[in-house]
Amino acid sequence: MCWPSAKGAVKEAMASFFDSDSPSNLTEYSVSELSGSIKRTVEQAFDQVRVRGEISGYRGPHSSGHAYFALKDDRARIDAVIWKGTFSRLRFRPEEGMEVIATGKVTTFPGSSKYQIVIESMEPAGAGALMALLEERKRKLAAEGLFDAGRKRPLPYMPKVIGVVTSPTGAVIRDILHRIADRFPVHVVVWPVRVQGDGSGDEVAAAIRGFNAIEPGGAMARPDVLIVARGGGSLEDLWGFNDEAVVRAAAASEIPLISAVGHETDWTLIDYAADQRAPTPTGAAEMAVPVKADLEAAISGLSARLKAAVGRQMDNRRQAVRSLARALPSLDQLLALPRRRFDEAALGLGRGLQMNTANKRRQFERVSTELRADLLKGKLSDRRQRIADFMNRAERIVERQVHRGEARVSAADAALRTLPSRLLGQIHRATDRVAGLAARSDAAVRADVRRLRSVIVAQDRILQSLSYRNVLQRGFALVRDAEGGPVRQAAAVTAGMALSLEFADGRVSAIAGEGSGEPVPQPPTPRKKQSKSPEPSGETPKQGTLF
Amino acid sequence: MNTTTQPDVSTLSFEQAVEELERIVSALERGDVALDKSIEIYERGEALKKHCEALLKAAEDRIEKIRLDRAGKPQGVEPLDAD
Repeated sequence: MCWPSAKGAVKEAMASFFDSDSPSNLTEYSVSELSGSIKRTVEQAFDQVRVRGEISGYRGPHSSGHAYFALKDDRARIDAVIWKGTFSRLRFRPEEGMEVIATGKVTTFPGSSKYQIVIESMEPAGAGALMALLEERKRKLAAEGLFDAGRKRPLPYMPKVIGVVTSPTGAVIRDILHRIADRFPVHVVVWPVRVQGDGSGDEVAAAIRGFNAIEPGGAMARPDVLIVARGGGSLEDLWGFNDEAVVRAAAASEIPLISAVGHETDWTLIDYAADQRAPTPTGAAEMAVPVKADLEAAISGLSARLKAAVGRQMDNRRQAVRSLARALPSLDQLLALPRRRFDEAALGLGRGLQMNTANKRRQFERVSTELRADLLKGKLSDRRQRIADFMNRAERIVERQVHRGEARVSAADAALRTLPSRLLGQIHRATDRVAGLAARSDAAVRADVRRLRSVIVAQDRILQSLSYRNVLQRGFALVRDAEGGPVRQAAAVTAGMALSLEFADGRVSAIAGEGSGEPVPQPPTPRKKQSKSPEPSGETPKQGTLF
Repeated sequence: MNTTTQPDVSTLSFEQAVEELERIVSALERGDVALDKSIEIYERGEALKKHCEALLKAAEDRIEKIRLDRAGKPQGVEPLDAD
């Protein structure tokens, strides 16, 4: 126990303090001397203390790397500091409210005379406390749905690139690489991290995010699956993998993630957020890649089965064709039945003929026994009699025919005898008819001639009455020009124009004079009375010659 | 021989290719495939097998480590010697 000794030291110091001076002549110390004395005393008295308390006011390490907070219990508190060097050696990450057992020394700063404990090592106050913290955090993250089964994605069957987040040295990465090489050597990319101590969680989370940030097809290969691995250790050793940042990064990882932290019995929160939890790093490698040899064997097995199956298919079909071909009856078989029928029929033909002949023969023999000469004789006389009867009847018929013929001949003969006189009479009658007809024909022709002549006379009369000559007869003249065309108007006549004047009794040539009106006194040609033209009188005898 | 209804063999993942190959094999083994169809799927089976083998062969045996800068950002990769 250090408390009594510490108290003693204080008393001692106080005693010397008072001894040096009476109340009236107390030695005067400077503040620095006093503070320095206190510091010495405190540091001597509390050089190595072990204190249990709850972390309070923890805000993580300062930018300098030191951590400042306080330890408290229900009645008191003491400031605490963890220097940078110590902090990095801590096996777990301090958290607000965590009950811890800290070992260190108490010291004061003369500058402010505040005392504090400088922690050299610290551990959680028993597994129970850590477990309670873990449970609490697990409940909280589970409530956010980070552990939901629906979030889990299947691992790729045959990844080309595997990303491993772990320490680049040590047994874990070696085990993983060996197992992967054994099963299916693929491209492995290791993201080196610290897997223990404060800050390890942040590194692991950053590594998970970093792998996810690699663009597909970029300079660095983007993994198809991630393994986050760490070997076995105490709860404190594995504490980094309970870090909220790690859990969130694992849950958010787009690349399927296998967690393999600690031994099979060690559960950390990343295991709940991972898509698969492997019991060991080796197990993670087994989950990540199939066994290449197995695949090759399976492929060649399938290939062999494929060949065999298709071969068998062909065989089966060949077999089927063959048996069908066998089942197909041969031509001989096909013809056997008809042939047999034919043979039987052919056989029957001969036999039938024989039987038929025999039958007929029997019939003939039966009939022939009845055929006797007297039978024939009777039949013959019968026929003879009938023939005689026929002969008689034929004779009579012929006689009758002859008589009928003779009567018709004599009748025809008598008719022939009267024929000349009958023909003569007919000739006479015909001659009379011809004479009559001739007489009638003459009379008819004459009457016709008379009628036609009278028609002609009448027509001529009409013609004569219509002729311009009749006008000429009445003393008019027809004026013609040189061409013989009639001149109808005085305007058509010019002086000196040759004209021809036609009168009833003939034509006179004339020359047209100057002016109009009366002709120059010149003894006019006396109009001769035109006697009847001899032409019409001559027409009648001419016409008479027509007949 | 690729029929138009089926995806090109080369686009299939290993799993898909194996699955289809298994389907083809069992169909042929059942023997309920028409003769001309059986030739066709046999040829596809052969192509699938080749594709699977090529995928298996294509796997790259390479181990790298991400090189980080001081800020913890990846700078590139370097070979990792774990032993």
